[in-house]
Amino acid sequence: MASIPMEHGLVLAGILFALGLIGVFMRRNIIFILMSIEIMLNATGVAFVVGGSRWLQPDGQIMFIFILAMAAAEVAVGLALVLQFYHRFKTLDADVASKMKG
Amino acid sequence: MNTVFYISAAVAIISTIMVITRLNTVHALLYLIVSLLSVALIFFVLGAPFVAALEVVIYAGAIMVLFVFVIMMLNLGAETVEQERQWLTPEIWAGPLFLTLILVAELIYIFTRNGLRLCGVCIIEPKKVGIVLFGSYLLGVELASILLLVALIGAYHLGKHFKPAESRKGGS
Amino acid sequence: MLKLLWLIPALPLASFLRLVFIGPKLSRSGIALSGVGSVGLSTLVAILIGINFISSPPPGYVYTQTLWTWIHIGKFIQGISLYLDALSLVMILVITVVSFLIHLYSVRFMIDEEGYSRFFAYMNLFVGSMLTLVLADNLLLLYLGWEGVGLCSYLLIGFWYKNAANGNAARKAFIVTRIGDTALAVGIFLIFNNLGTLQIQELMKSASQNWPVGSSLAFASAALILGGALGKSAQLPLQTWLPDAMAGPTPVSALIHAATMVTAGVYLIARTNVLFAMAPVVQSAVALIGTITLLIAGFSALTQLDIKRVLAYSTISQIGYMFLALGVGAWSAAIFHFMTHAFFKALLFLGAGVVIKSLNDEHNMLKMGGLRKQIPLTFWTFLIGATSLSAIPLVTAGFYSKDLILLDTWLSEKGSPWLWTAGLAGAFITSLYTFRMVFYTFFGKEKSQVRLRPSIVMTIPLVVLAIFSLASGFLELPQSLGNVKIFSHFTEEALPALSALPIKTSTKLIIQIIAELVPLSGVFIAYLFFLRRVDYPERIISTQLGSLLKRFWYAGWGFDWLYHNFIVKPFVWIASINRDDFIDLFYLGMAWLNLVFYRTLSRTQIGLVRWYAMGIGIGAIITIAIVAFS
Repeated sequence: MASIPMEHGLVLAGILFALGLIGVFMRRNIIFILMSIEIMLNATGVAFVVGGSRWLQPDGQIMFIFILAMAAAEVAVGLALVLQFYHRFKTLDADVASKMKG
Repeated sequence: MNTVFYISAAVAIISTIMVITRLNTVHALLYLIVSLLSVALIFFVLGAPFVAALEVVIYAGAIMVLFVFVIMMLNLGAETVEQERQWLTPEIWAGPLFLTLILVAELIYIFTRNGLRLCGVCIIEPKKVGIVLFGSYLLGVELASILLLVALIGAYHLGKHFKPAESRKGGS
Repeated sequence: MLKLLWLIPALPLASFLRLVFIGPKLSRSGIALSGVGSVGLSTLVAILIGINFISSPPPGYVYTQTLWTWIHIGKFIQGISLYLDALSLVMILVITVVSFLIHLYSVRFMIDEEGYSRFFAYMNLFVGSMLTLVLADNLLLLYLGWEGVGLCSYLLIGFWYKNAANGNAARKAFIVTRIGDTALAVGIFLIFNNLGTLQIQELMKSASQNWPVGSSLAFASAALILGGALGKSAQLPLQTWLPDAMAGPTPVSALIHAATMVTAGVYLIARTNVLFAMAPVVQSAVALIGTITLLIAGFSALTQLDIKRVLAYSTISQIGYMFLALGVGAWSAAIFHFMTHAFFKALLFLGAGVVIKSLNDEHNMLKMGGLRKQIPLTFWTFLIGATSLSAIPLVTAGFYSKDLILLDTWLSEKGSPWLWTAGLAGAFITSLYTFRMVFYTFFGKEKSQVRLRPSIVMTIPLVVLAIFSLASGFLELPQSLGNVKIFSHFTEEALPALSALPIKTSTKLIIQIIAELVPLSGVFIAYLFFLRRVDYPERIISTQLGSLLKRFWYAGWGFDWLYHNFIVKPFVWIASINRDDFIDLFYLGMAWLNLVFYRTLSRTQIGLVRWYAMGIGIGAIITIAIVAFS
């Protein structure tokens, strides 16, 4: 297979993670925030797989499987909450839910 | 094979940038699916075909589909697109961009500090993954299944439509 | 028998505790039994110990009893130790006997008060503290007793606390004596720092070995101890509190401010006599202060109208005599005068209490008169006390003690004829104001009617004290009149003898005769001015110089005005400037700073999720930076 320096893979993971982070900071729509979180989770998965491949062990892949399971659970619950949010506030603006200020 | 890696890496990055800058939710989702597919290709190149398949099947196939269903249920109209346009001004971009650039710079510095090492010289088969998964990581598997069960119950409970507050007495 | 020494202070203190805890539940007689009985038992024990001590004295005429170790910190070891020698034996006998008689008197005198148990509790605490003071073996225990009597003085002067003026008088007494107490405390620190011990006999021995005579350390410690004594004994310049302390009940004035507490200073100086011998300047200062005070107080007593204030100034004056005796080295004479003074001054105060009570709380002497026919027993005992105070020759105890002081002032190495003259003048004034008081109160026209007569419980102490005022003088007769030296032989086991200059017998005789005639002339002039020709004093007062002097002497030579304007007012002014306490600013500042941080931080809680995510991001960046670049 390809012989790619691990650092390049990690840099790719870092860039993807950073892009997800920008999305979280920047977007006001809750759906977009959730999507950005998915991007970040995916990026960490890339990092794990790259690491596992470097050491020629399946542990990286196993870690990715767990991350996947966790992401699925989180999306399920998160989207249910988004539905509740929309039902209550009639908008998807994250800034509306700011009653915990002060 | 190396070029495949770099090309799909570029595609992933570009499509991710597109995800976070779209105004329409569905467009962004589609770009996200593209990003996930290219990441799956990267996994394949690195000698991890099992997770490549998983990425496509579960991540792009289930999670993103769930997103699409929910967005369709929310029934957002054209005014949301307009709202997004108002929200996405360059001033909003500046701060997060600056912070994440710093973060990326730090990460790259850390990663490339000690020289480069090679990876991806052989394929790790699903069989090997399975043996280790249900061998050493059996406890993790069980925990993950419990987590999924919990998420299932939680999503069901949270997704219920409650009646409006005025016609209910006390907590749920 | 001597082993029971600790009972003497312990019994009144136990009674105090009992009265504090269950006093309000007891009946009047129960309270009285506890209060008077405890002091009575102490008296009994003291008399038995005294008989034992005199008949079979312990080695060196000294008996110490250590009860337990009080403080033990490194080299600072102080015990609760009692020290009995001739001096403290005289003190405890006088204190217990006089206290017992006054307690007996108060059973009836204070019967109408609602604070009956409180009164006896305080009085018992006072007696316990005073006995601790005189029996103390080390300066720390002495200071404990010292503070205890100061506290009780405050509590008892302000006994009728509902009247704000009494509280002011009590505070004044406490604060002025506090100045003395602080000097004494500093003196104790100095002594411990330099001599390493507070045990009185040890420190005197150590001081005489290690400090040269007249050295600055000896001067400082003696001067500081003198400062403490001045406060408690109401001598110049700390004498302003005693006249105002008459706001308390009469038994309090009799016990504390005539017989016992005010003599604590005299006891202290007598106890630490070696230190004073080593600082001759300070000892001369003692004599000088005593002399000036006795004259000042005498003049002031001449103009007072309140019967108790006359007696208060008289106390200040007589203690001046004791200080004079201490200052010229006549230690035994000072203690002798203390003993006789305790008897006749307590008698005078108790008699004044009867007069006041019988005239329905009338203090002003001008409103009294001719009482000798209405309360004859009180009159005769009061007269005996007055003659003793005036030192009427040959029959009264006061004569023998005052004569001894005057004689010793002339004879002593440290004395001088000037001091003797001043003492003589003081004797003249004493008899003048004393008999002015007697004539105003008991002779002349009757201006008020007696409301009630004293009961027997009140008259027995008067009679007993009257007997003592006459008889106790016979313990010490001068050479020309019988040469009885019982008292001085006894006390010289504990105190140094007078170092006297040789003198011709004829000179001594002349001095004594003059000393005998002067009080008699005082009585005669008092008779003339205040009974026969009452217009003479009025004419003197109406002259310009006369009225000026009268007002000046009435106000206690202006000391109150001086202290009020030069000490109290500036202090109050500074306190009012510092109303917003600048030290508090530091603490308020800390609280304000915290509030500022709080407000700033709470402004970062804006409730927006993205904002919080940014915070996490920034934190992550910083943490990674620390990890990466360290």
